[in-house]
Amino acid sequence: MQSVTRKALIDRAAALLADGTVNRVYGWKKGTFAYDVTPALFESAEELERDFVFGDFCGANFSKYLIAETRRKDGKVLVFLKPCDTYSFNQLLTEHRFDREKVYAVGVPCEGMADINKIRELAGDGIADVASEGDKLIVHTLFDGDIELDAAECLAERCKNCKSRRHVAYDELIGEEGTVRENGRFDQVEALEAMTPDERFAFWQNELSRCIRCNACRDVCPACTCEKCVFGNPESGVENKAISDSFEEKMFHIIRAFHVAGRCTDCGECSRVCPQHIPLHLLNRKFIHDIDRFYGDYQAGAEVGSRAPLVDYTLGDLEPGDAVKGGSAHA
Amino acid sequence: MQRIGVFVCWCGTNIAGTVDVHAVAEALKLEPGVVFSTDYQYMCSQAGQQIISDAITEHKLTGIVVCSCSPRMHEATFRKTAEKAGLNPYMVEIANIREQCSWVHKEMPIGTEKAIMLAKAAVAKVSLNAPLIPGESPVTKRALVIGGGIAGIQTALDIADAGFPVDLVETKPTIGGKMAQLDKTFPTLDCAACILTPKMVDVAQHENIRIFSYSEVVEVGGFVGNFNVKIKKKARYVREELCTGCGLCTEKCPQKKVANEFNLGMDNRRAIYIPFAQAVPKVATIDAAHCTMLKSGKCGVCSKVCTAGAIDYKQQDEYIEETYGAIVAATGFNPIDMGAFDEYAYSKSPDVITSLEFERLTNAAGPTGGKLLRPSDGKHPQKIVFVQCVGSRCSEAGKGKEYCSKICCMYTAKHAMLTRDKYPDTDVYVFYIDVRTPGKNFDEFYRRAVEEYGVHYIKGMVGKIEPVGDKLKVQASDLLDNRQLKIDADLVVLAAAIEPDKSARSLATMLTASMDTNDFFTEAHPKLRPVESPTAGVFLSGTCQGPKDIPETVSQAGAAAAKVIGLLAKDRLTCNPCIAESDEMMCNGCSSCERVCPYGAIGYIDKEFRMPDRTVKIRRVAKVNAAVCQGCGCCTVTCPSGAMDLKGFANKQIMAEVDALCL
Repeated sequence: MQSVTRKALIDRAAALLADGTVNRVYGWKKGTFAYDVTPALFESAEELERDFVFGDFCGANFSKYLIAETRRKDGKVLVFLKPCDTYSFNQLLTEHRFDREKVYAVGVPCEGMADINKIRELAGDGIADVASEGDKLIVHTLFDGDIELDAAECLAERCKNCKSRRHVAYDELIGEEGTVRENGRFDQVEALEAMTPDERFAFWQNELSRCIRCNACRDVCPACTCEKCVFGNPESGVENKAISDSFEEKMFHIIRAFHVAGRCTDCGECSRVCPQHIPLHLLNRKFIHDIDRFYGDYQAGAEVGSRAPLVDYTLGDLEPGDAVKGGSAHA
Repeated sequence: MQRIGVFVCWCGTNIAGTVDVHAVAEALKLEPGVVFSTDYQYMCSQAGQQIISDAITEHKLTGIVVCSCSPRMHEATFRKTAEKAGLNPYMVEIANIREQCSWVHKEMPIGTEKAIMLAKAAVAKVSLNAPLIPGESPVTKRALVIGGGIAGIQTALDIADAGFPVDLVETKPTIGGKMAQLDKTFPTLDCAACILTPKMVDVAQHENIRIFSYSEVVEVGGFVGNFNVKIKKKARYVREELCTGCGLCTEKCPQKKVANEFNLGMDNRRAIYIPFAQAVPKVATIDAAHCTMLKSGKCGVCSKVCTAGAIDYKQQDEYIEETYGAIVAATGFNPIDMGAFDEYAYSKSPDVITSLEFERLTNAAGPTGGKLLRPSDGKHPQKIVFVQCVGSRCSEAGKGKEYCSKICCMYTAKHAMLTRDKYPDTDVYVFYIDVRTPGKNFDEFYRRAVEEYGVHYIKGMVGKIEPVGDKLKVQASDLLDNRQLKIDADLVVLAAAIEPDKSARSLATMLTASMDTNDFFTEAHPKLRPVESPTAGVFLSGTCQGPKDIPETVSQAGAAAAKVIGLLAKDRLTCNPCIAESDEMMCNGCSSCERVCPYGAIGYIDKEFRMPDRTVKIRRVAKVNAAVCQGCGCCTVTCPSGAMDLKGFANKQIMAEVDALCL
């Protein structure tokens, strides 16, 4: 159950539209089912009232949409940002990807988003609707009637291991501010590191072999904002490399992980949108974990203009030889 | 379509011994774009270059591949050859089939196969080469020498004598370095101060030299001919321009208990001090860590007694920014810490000392006024044991150094000889692994110590030293007689290994100069370019490059100066045209390249783009300053979209090489 209501957000957005602060709103739009919420642009209070939703399935991070949207039209766009979205927002500002002046950011608290795949595992097929009641989820199914689930059990992995419920950017905040959280987001990375190279290869071969190269992970990723993606550019010489292996997608995902290394805020959108349920976030987290170890703790997007360790150097930086030996950041 | 010529060099038997050069030339004829392929005994010879030049004209070649030695040897040669024959010099690629092939393989079939692969990769690359035109950059006619020991002093004097201004930066309050701490110098036994201090005075008086003592280099930017350097002049709380060096303050300062680093802590100095009588600049320095006035605000004695009014407790660190055409590293050495050698009881007994401490004990300006007295009780030692190779040639990881420190055999012979000369009643033992004394008059010197002065040289190492009563029980083995020795010594002198000064590591990072695993600076070529760092415009002088004695240090210092003078004598340098270039259509304007650029060569502009739908879009895009870019390529690997590329080493060219090797 989210701590702020749909109504609170609609009321505030409508007021900002009415007083001319903004002329459009990026928000979540209801879909056919409760869980297939989509990002959408709203231009009037009526549209908001009709289609805007806010609940346990509003995982979409709108930061990336601001690049195209701020270029498309004059005037300010209102964007609702959950705490984890604000990191992407800052990271894009660091990279000069959109004009901050053209955005009005409204911070929204987040109690964690539900993962429909977990609900499916627990409640079975035929899910018609999911309603939130306190710390329970009521799942209406076509075959088994209403099923009550513990909301905490249905949390998305990225929310279970939420790094922060504190916003790092907004113009105004609705509701209560949260805090940075202890989390176990690197546990699985460490489990993978503990494997033998063969075991690890088998793990990734199994996971990545399911990839259908739909490019959803790239398209949703707030770090993947190149004017021209190397995978869509025959001139780059990379496009054909991505498929020149026995399981082609391996190279695609590894190249992509390298491209976003040091800029990935660990928002987890890649894994959320993957139709094949590949834990793509683990590749990025491995990089984040290594960066933390080699250069000291660093969170991309925590502040605008920060110099990421991979594009910075200090005299205290780890020597490559020490990094290979498993050394860690200098004190 | 490119018309490519391939020229395979035998390098005598260097290449032809392990590579079937004819087979390579024949195989390359089948590569797409190759219209001519041949081999010759020495491609770099006049005749070899003629073959290339003739082929360029006759076959209207648009690009050539020379399969030969490392491009570091002859790339420039073949570029000139191509240029004379009317081909753009950047249409030349080298396939290194010597260092990377014939020298590392023993069997002809393997060597030949690899040579063909390397040549194919070079052909693939040259097919994508484009003619490049180099620009020029001006040279700032000023040199920076970092380190004011004998190496830095000699280099600075030689450069200054040639008429170029030099700044000499020294981290200590005075120049002079280690040599100023020495007593006599081998093999002539002249006094170190007598030959060093005139040079120090020369430096101080030279109109072309500025001394920045008590200073350090904190930032280095730019590139050969145009280094931008930030120097921190640490606050010494004494105004250099006013201080006359009379020394009154150093006598009156009530804080008397500060360990005197010049005498390696064997006596004390005041909180305000001048390191030694002949210091340059002869200016007092307040040690802020021990000064009562600076710590608590209660004292001010030095200020009261100073007739020149030079004391300034409010002095701040000062930063100086200057541009230099060349930089010389002369950061020197230190003896290693004896902490890891507890078997020699260095930490347990004050009578176990290092050789540098021995120098101070025998020096007339040292803590004992030059009398050889034991630090513990001030008695004259009757039996002295010298232990050689303490930490040198030591394979035990983490303990000592694998290399030979080079100077210890000679200075130990000197110490032993001088001791026997001054105190003939003293028994002197020297334990050694090997005695290494190559050098002019060196072996004669050592023989004199053994034969004329009766020093007991014993081949073998000391196993353990234990202080018992006022004696040091030395247990050692005599390897030639195969027996164990026990000596009750009064004084033990350890020939501690030397290591590069700790500041060298961070300086190397600032200079982007490379170092070896021991933190000695690496030379551009170990034989042919021994005083140049691989980084253009950075030169090496003295022990920062490797262990050296004084004569060798001075020769190298002069050599480094000659190289600097050669550089500063030029008005303009030809720039490398292999520089970065950004494809504006692909640039995201994300600033990653700007952040990694070590030369500050990348800026951003807002540029209007006319889009296919007839709208105009303003985008932030990167712009490379061609005069500043050095073509290091950091930006190209950082650029997420692949917009940034390096001319002459384009991503496409590298990919083509990889494809030629792998596919």
